[in-house]
Amino acid sequence: MTATATATTASAPHKSVAPPHRRYARGEGAGRANWLSICVALVGVAVTLGPIIYLVVGGLRTQQDLSTNPTGLPSPVMWSNYGDILANDVFWRQAANSLLVAVLTTAGVVLFGTMAAYPLARYRFKGREGIFMIFTTGLMFPLSVAVLPLYLLLKDLGLSGLPALIVPQIAFGLPMTIIILRPFLRALPMELEEAAFMDGVSRIGFFWRMLLPLARPGMVTVGVLAFIASWNAYLLPLLLLTGDPRGMTLPLGITTFQGQYASATTLIMAYTSLAMIPALVFFLLMERRIVDGLTGAVKG
Amino acid sequence: MTALETSGTGTVPAAGAAAPAAGGALGQPVSDHPRRARLRLWGELALFLGPALALFLTFVVYPVISAARYSLYQWNGVEQFEDADFIGLENYARALFGGTDEATKSAFTTAYAEPFQAAFSHTIGILVLSIVIQLPLGLLIALVLNRRFPGRSAVRVILFAPYVLSEVIAGTMWLIIFDPNGVATELMNAVGLHPPAGGWLEDQTWGFWVVFFIITWKYIGLAVILFLAGLSGVPQELQDAAAIDGASWWQTQWRINIPLIGPTIRIWVFLSLIGSIQLFDMVWVLNQGGTTGQYSTIATYMMQIGFFRNDWGFGSAIAVIMFMLSFVVAVFYVLFVLRRDNSDAPRKVKRA
Repeated sequence: MTATATATTASAPHKSVAPPHRRYARGEGAGRANWLSICVALVGVAVTLGPIIYLVVGGLRTQQDLSTNPTGLPSPVMWSNYGDILANDVFWRQAANSLLVAVLTTAGVVLFGTMAAYPLARYRFKGREGIFMIFTTGLMFPLSVAVLPLYLLLKDLGLSGLPALIVPQIAFGLPMTIIILRPFLRALPMELEEAAFMDGVSRIGFFWRMLLPLARPGMVTVGVLAFIASWNAYLLPLLLLTGDPRGMTLPLGITTFQGQYASATTLIMAYTSLAMIPALVFFLLMERRIVDGLTGAVKG
Repeated sequence: MTALETSGTGTVPAAGAAAPAAGGALGQPVSDHPRRARLRLWGELALFLGPALALFLTFVVYPVISAARYSLYQWNGVEQFEDADFIGLENYARALFGGTDEATKSAFTTAYAEPFQAAFSHTIGILVLSIVIQLPLGLLIALVLNRRFPGRSAVRVILFAPYVLSEVIAGTMWLIIFDPNGVATELMNAVGLHPPAGGWLEDQTWGFWVVFFIITWKYIGLAVILFLAGLSGVPQELQDAAAIDGASWWQTQWRINIPLIGPTIRIWVFLSLIGSIQLFDMVWVLNQGGTTGQYSTIATYMMQIGFFRNDWGFGSAIAVIMFMLSFVVAVFYVLFVLRRDNSDAPRKVKRA
């Protein structure tokens, strides 16, 4: 049912919320409640956006301007703060690393997660619920509990750099993916399989030719969640990507930059603002998917 | 795979007419040989489940078990693990009350027990405050945004944005804003109030509250979005009926909307509890829990002492305690709170 829930919310998310005939909108007191809504919304937006705008504008200041006049408009306007960062290859390398890690993590999570969710959803075999239970306990193991031994394990396996980041991230992304996808795959009608088998298609053929295309909305949803988790990840990069800033991902790059230029606050602001842009663009493009994924996961 | 496929299809024409009736069990491909069918089933299972299971057992389960093993040793992570001293539950005893050895007890109380207990109390503080403050706040915002007003969908998107930003970006941003000479101090001075003298985060009491404010800023969007999704499932007829009966807006919310999104609220509380216990990234970015650990959490303390001070045995014990805490909380919550939502057929009642 999660599948249908996700699907319906995806197609008509808000339209059903408040049909135009809403009665109390005409009743007395409705105006007051509406004003309350607008006031709360304005305060919420100000508190949310205020600091972000301050950060972006702060990136245009000189250090002196920031300390003498932190609330005014920047004067002079230092476009070069942003320009210098963009002219340096470190920022671009880090962005590329983050992108590479996030794309490969997402691909791995979605591929292996869907493959595992398929038999857990649609096969009948002994031990199915047991295996599913093993994956669900994964939600109880946060990365922080496992991170010290994981670090040693990766060293023993000879993994380092970005691959050492991608492989465990896939592993930690699997439980959520399987938990979301299993009910989704289960909701597809069983007749599909019967018809396919009748036509002599094997299970594997069914998986590739029919299930994957049909499961695409669910796969996009879990993929988006995995991508965000990887893009924002900090703990593993902190342990694994030491040394050259060019080999780091963006979140670790920010804190490293912050350590290197501790006194140049405005440069840190510019760097952080630039690092924020890809995440915000992705968020605006995928907002519907993210919300559906999260609410679907919670309802599922 | 292609080979398997063709061999699978190859058997079918021969079995032809008999098979569909005989292999009537749902979800079974047509086959005339039960034993070969079973063999192929296990082959397929290995193919589909194998990679995920291997990754999960190697990189999630095995490290967690290793953590439990390391926690029984005095080990610095540099020497070979074989050379580490087995000390039983001593690491746990040190964390809880300074250890059982009288000679080192007072030193270990200062070195281990006190910082751990501080971190523990901060974590519990955040856990409780999240429920006491973020829940009503998130609920209020969601109920109010559930009304129609111009720009509503834009407001939803904006309020949710911080949740998607990385902890590092949000933490760095607030670190600059709450700099002792930063804009927060300036604003406080401008309205004639006195900011904490030693700095926002450095202050022993302010530090914790500032961090809690930042956490709320970052995570309240999730609560709002989840509650709004829950509210969108409440039938409009109920609210219309209440309005006809003369219920005020607040009465409608209190008697109809809030009870009806109970399942969503309970799930959010669950996520919030677990998230609070495991809170790491944000606090780490905010000066790693504070220079004197004034707002450290269990996870930041674990990283500090385990990884950066090479006390791996003790760090692993902290990790196990953190896991036990979230496990106990989760089990109790699922047993006593979520049970009524979650019985055997949760998905049948979820959505009309």
